[in-house]
Amino acid sequence: MSLRIGIDIGSTTVKVVVLNEENQLLFRSYERHYSKARERAAETLRSISEMLAGQRVRMVITGSAGLGVAKAAGIDFVQEVYATAAAVNTYIPGTDAVIELGGEDAKIIFFGGALEERMNGSCAGGTGAFIDQMATLMNVTAGELDALALKHEKIYPIASRCGVFAKSDIQPILNQGGRKEDVAASIFQAVVDQTVAGLTQGRPLKGKIVFLGGPLHFLMGLRQRFAETLHLDAQHAIFPEDGDCFAGIGAALCALDYQEQPFDDLLKRLEESVGDVGIVDTMPPLFTCQEEYDAFTARHNATHPPQVDIHSYTGDAWLGIDAGSTTTKMALITGEGGLLYTYYHSNQGNPVSIVLEQLKEIYSLCGGRITIKGAAVTGYGEDLIQNAFSCDLGLVETVAHYNAARHFNPDVDFIIDIGGQDMKCFKIRNGAVDSILLNEACSSGCGSFIETFAKALGYDIASFAKLGLFAAHPVNLGSRCTVFMNSSVKQAQKDGASVEDISAGLSISIVKNAVYKVIRAANADDLGRHIVVQGGTFHNDAVLRAFEQELGRTVTRPTIAGIMGAFGAALAARELHLEQSALLSPQALDRFSHTAKPVTCNLCTNHCSLTVNTFDAGRSFISGNRCSRPLGKEKTEQPDLMRYKYQKLRALQGRGSGSGVRGKIGIPFGLNMYENLPFWFAFFTHLNFEVILSPESSRKLYLKGQQTIPSDTVCYPAKLLHGHMQELIDQGVDAVWYPCMSYNNDEGIGDNHYNCPVVAYYPELLAANMPSLKQTRYLDPYVGLWRRRDFEKRISQLMYDTFDIPKKETAAAVKAAYDAYEAYVHDVRETGRQYIAYARERRMPIIVACGRPYHIDPEINHGINDLITSFGFVLVTEDALSYLEGYAPRKVLNQWTFQSRMYNAARYVCTQPDMQVVQLVSFGCGTDAITTDELRSILEEGGKLYTQLKIDDISNLGAVKIRIRSLMAAMDARKDA
Amino acid sequence: MAELVYDKTGRLLFTKEMKREYTILFPTMLPVHFGLMARIIENEGYRVEMLTTNHRGIVDEGLKYVHNDTCYPALLVIGQLIDAVKSGKYDMHKVALLITQTGGGCRASNYIHLLRKALEKAGLSYVPVISVNMSGLEPNPGFRLGLNTLRKAVFAMMYGDIIVQTSNQVRPYEVNSGETDRVIQAVSDHLLSEMEQGRGLSFKSMVANFDHIVSAFRAIPTAGEPKVRVGVVGEIYIKYSPLGNNNLEQFLLDEGAEPVVPGLTDFIIFKIYNRVVDVDIYGGKWIKKKGCLILQRYVEKCQRAMIAAIERGGFRAPGTFQDLRRLIQGYLGEGNKMGEGWLLTAEMLELIHSGTPNIVCTQPFGCLPNHIVGKGMIRKLKDDYPNSNIVAIDYDPGATKINQENRIKLMLANARGLAKQTRHEAEAPQPAGTAAE
Repeated sequence: MSLRIGIDIGSTTVKVVVLNEENQLLFRSYERHYSKARERAAETLRSISEMLAGQRVRMVITGSAGLGVAKAAGIDFVQEVYATAAAVNTYIPGTDAVIELGGEDAKIIFFGGALEERMNGSCAGGTGAFIDQMATLMNVTAGELDALALKHEKIYPIASRCGVFAKSDIQPILNQGGRKEDVAASIFQAVVDQTVAGLTQGRPLKGKIVFLGGPLHFLMGLRQRFAETLHLDAQHAIFPEDGDCFAGIGAALCALDYQEQPFDDLLKRLEESVGDVGIVDTMPPLFTCQEEYDAFTARHNATHPPQVDIHSYTGDAWLGIDAGSTTTKMALITGEGGLLYTYYHSNQGNPVSIVLEQLKEIYSLCGGRITIKGAAVTGYGEDLIQNAFSCDLGLVETVAHYNAARHFNPDVDFIIDIGGQDMKCFKIRNGAVDSILLNEACSSGCGSFIETFAKALGYDIASFAKLGLFAAHPVNLGSRCTVFMNSSVKQAQKDGASVEDISAGLSISIVKNAVYKVIRAANADDLGRHIVVQGGTFHNDAVLRAFEQELGRTVTRPTIAGIMGAFGAALAARELHLEQSALLSPQALDRFSHTAKPVTCNLCTNHCSLTVNTFDAGRSFISGNRCSRPLGKEKTEQPDLMRYKYQKLRALQGRGSGSGVRGKIGIPFGLNMYENLPFWFAFFTHLNFEVILSPESSRKLYLKGQQTIPSDTVCYPAKLLHGHMQELIDQGVDAVWYPCMSYNNDEGIGDNHYNCPVVAYYPELLAANMPSLKQTRYLDPYVGLWRRRDFEKRISQLMYDTFDIPKKETAAAVKAAYDAYEAYVHDVRETGRQYIAYARERRMPIIVACGRPYHIDPEINHGINDLITSFGFVLVTEDALSYLEGYAPRKVLNQWTFQSRMYNAARYVCTQPDMQVVQLVSFGCGTDAITTDELRSILEEGGKLYTQLKIDDISNLGAVKIRIRSLMAAMDARKDA
Repeated sequence: MAELVYDKTGRLLFTKEMKREYTILFPTMLPVHFGLMARIIENEGYRVEMLTTNHRGIVDEGLKYVHNDTCYPALLVIGQLIDAVKSGKYDMHKVALLITQTGGGCRASNYIHLLRKALEKAGLSYVPVISVNMSGLEPNPGFRLGLNTLRKAVFAMMYGDIIVQTSNQVRPYEVNSGETDRVIQAVSDHLLSEMEQGRGLSFKSMVANFDHIVSAFRAIPTAGEPKVRVGVVGEIYIKYSPLGNNNLEQFLLDEGAEPVVPGLTDFIIFKIYNRVVDVDIYGGKWIKKKGCLILQRYVEKCQRAMIAAIERGGFRAPGTFQDLRRLIQGYLGEGNKMGEGWLLTAEMLELIHSGTPNIVCTQPFGCLPNHIVGKGMIRKLKDDYPNSNIVAIDYDPGATKINQENRIKLMLANARGLAKQTRHEAEAPQPAGTAAE
């Protein structure tokens, strides 16, 4: 028998393994390939050719990026999960399950019975790459991140589905002064949750579990999180010594099935296939010659503010600070808008110390000549910085950016800002920010994406971007979120695209993402005539060029594109015309100290993760709160119909007016039950059941059921049902009632009255995926409520068959149920009317939250209602207004009851000067892909603003705040106009 | 030139003048079925063209004009149509677009509306859109298909199914590469010329044609060991359309597998039967139920004849619609009707029962019904049939082929492992073309 070679080519690394006849490991290597996978593999083989030259061997390639190499070189290939299973079978018999994390893949293999293997779906993001990206974000290496994680005290909840989501959770924690150690461990916990939630899909992880792959091999903190979460002791959590190259070992084992060949032949084939370029989808180059590029840069460099020498200037100055999510920007300006000082730097996870340092620097440069007459701050860290340094003004980012853009182009009608983490676009109408488009969690991956990628390929961002300028064939990478781009890049690499072409392709992708995904423009005219582009990412000439090419028109990029927010804030500070700024003095800065302590607020069920910042051992600032209660103030009790409805529905449990003798019937409090509960509560209590409502939703409840979620891309409201169901089972109810409902009530305002497929059929999904439901009597029949007589007939039969209830009794309960539901609907409408009257008496603006009934769940909306009312709005919901308009044809098929209500509510709002709509959209909601555009057009045609709040299991309200404050700014501007 | 005429809701109509002057474009889903349909409509005096374009530009057009979170088939279908209108191949003022409209609680019912929105956005609102549906929605004066044409359409669907069902069992084993596809062309021509002459439209001649088709494929020389069979189920467009599923069938063939793709007939019966079930579950007019039942029974009769012909020819035949109904019991209620509804799960069950436990379940990324009837049922299928080997693949403009193929390859590796394990215990899978089980 001969030696066997396994080569595992992953998305970031190459592993080479040599086994002898006895399955002993003679050689192993684990190296990053920096997108040169074939070269790397060939080189490693050459380095061990002493051992192999002249022999006949068996060689097999495996790995996600290995397929192309194998094909090109004519070498045998096995799928990597299959190879891994083979290795585990051979070396660690008795294993129950394997968890393997790779650069971008996560896999679980279940042994015992039939082999079952799972890989993450295309949405679930990479894991190794994700950790790298998070480490970059925190400005540490992956190793340092690991060391930090081992010293954690607390775990923050971080969205676990996809890297992009997690990032937007981590950022505010860092910006608000959360401990790096805790964040590091939370990142690992997110990876664990993602793996468990995304991959187990109803099969419990128990027994002896083997952990494989690079990240689990190198990161002790990650191992710790896994072992703790899965309750594994050292005998059951196995981390094999060569866990980082098990797939390679498996490939070598599988080689037994293939032909023996001379090693030198194989190596030669591998080497010769290098440079073999496959078919790649390419695009025209950004620049064809140097002259073209020179003209381009000359044009853009012409837009710049006057530079004033801070060392010689004497007079007043104004300071602007933009505490962004990844970078801190500062600008000091003169009364004429001249630039005295600018600063742009990564905030390295601690914006406070950066600003402190810079303020000291600025004061020393100012000497006695320059007086700072005002300071304003904007950006994610606005509250923190404003409180820390006693700035005169805090303003929302959108307004700050508009201030700056207007300074350079008074006619500006469209601004696009692409920063490290987010993308903001706004249209300007009548001198005010009119419509705002922010990238949703899904299409993030802006500037920092290129940066992470550059680092992964061994470049810094500036030189990586430059590479792309003259690339001959930029790769077409599509226009989706980071995770998708990652795999597009992988594919391009596989096909042999050059780093230059990938660099250019990434820049073009970011632009396409912005134009088609965020702005949703069909052509340049949709944007505007006077477009100003800004944000750090536009410093990248490749991105700027791609943007102009995509739109087919020239745009303005000021030379200070990266600090426009700070510049705009400085302009706003100037507009305050203060006699004296409250900004901390140099003396105060010398004494300045800052500590941050994480605490959990227990004042209500939201259990916000708060960070208590203490400055100078005295002043304190609390962040992470959603309401004012932890600040020691009473919660504002503005009329809030979301809260009203929620409380009203929560009260619907127990025996009601009945005796409860027929037993306990459990009802899960989720999805359409938020609409139908009044009906079922009356129905069952009249039949003398005791109604047990599942507890209020929470993160904990979600985790309780997450192992049984089969589709990781379904919306969060649906996912929560698994936890609700588990709670009901644990409470030992006699039966659970959760009927399937294809149709909803017919309110006469749509073309049909369907529920969405998820709402309609989720009961059946639960039946198929929650084995514990067998412990109870699970009732999920098909029912329809809109044909009252038919319903009565069918439900009476069902109650008779199931519980032996006389049909007459059921008929009476049906009547009571319809009455109760009508009373509920009436009450919501009536209360809505009272709230509106309340608002009008006090001249308060009204927000109409348009969403689904279940969006009133605080775990789903994360307290958006509290946030809205805290800004002085009165809040009502779509169902309180929808009946005020009749049926009208729409441009889309108006076939879902809940969605029809939104259209009608929006139409009504168009007739009311003091109302604005905020649409709540659950991430992953398919029907809202249709309703959002339609709602926007209803509102814009009616002269209203359109504001969309996308919500998922992330609890970060930062983006929501920006939108609501921008909405307020736009409303103010309209009032003034 | 034809005048633009609108109805009272403001919908642009396809007029009789347009019938003379315009070319009607429609997207491909099932190349064989739709190809037959195109020729039938052509014979009614329309100028029609089935779009078989397949390039990146289609996706780009779709991304531009359709909300990016809308399902991928909408994006592709609309992208393909707009790409064609703009291609310069046609006079933009003399094309109309044809699209099917299903109705039902899935977002797919919105395609036609999204198409109109997209046309408007693209400055092409003068292009009329024709809806083809079973509910009499959106009539057009210039586009009326008589009962005779509908009958031909039903026949075309049956012929399409039997051609695909049998040819799929031959193609992986054909000795002369490309012969199967040539035979498909030949039998299609034969069927159409018959229809043109007004023949082949009785039940009896349909059965004769079935036998003709089956024997034509039977006659193709085949060779080789039986290959691993892989079932393809899923959202209807992605399941069938090579544009939607990145040439999945070709990929499976290249990987040395035999694709098994359930036909369209069951889907049609399913859609009719849904109306019957609705009346049973929720109440409604018995006359509606009766009408649907008559239509359903007719199609089912055709289906039984088709199955019999396939069996006579020595091919592996699919089960009947009633078989599927039996299989789904204990999994999903018959009220589960949005999208592919319970039928999708039933098809997986049928594949498992007929010795094809290896299945690719295809869907657009974020497909709502498939959360339930696709991905949502795999766990239970695995519990009940430990040997079932199902992989769910998402398709979307950003999803890369490499990720999809890697997952399918894993499923194939498992399939081969499984086959190896059970080879000595169970009988080897039957070679193509021998008697069905």
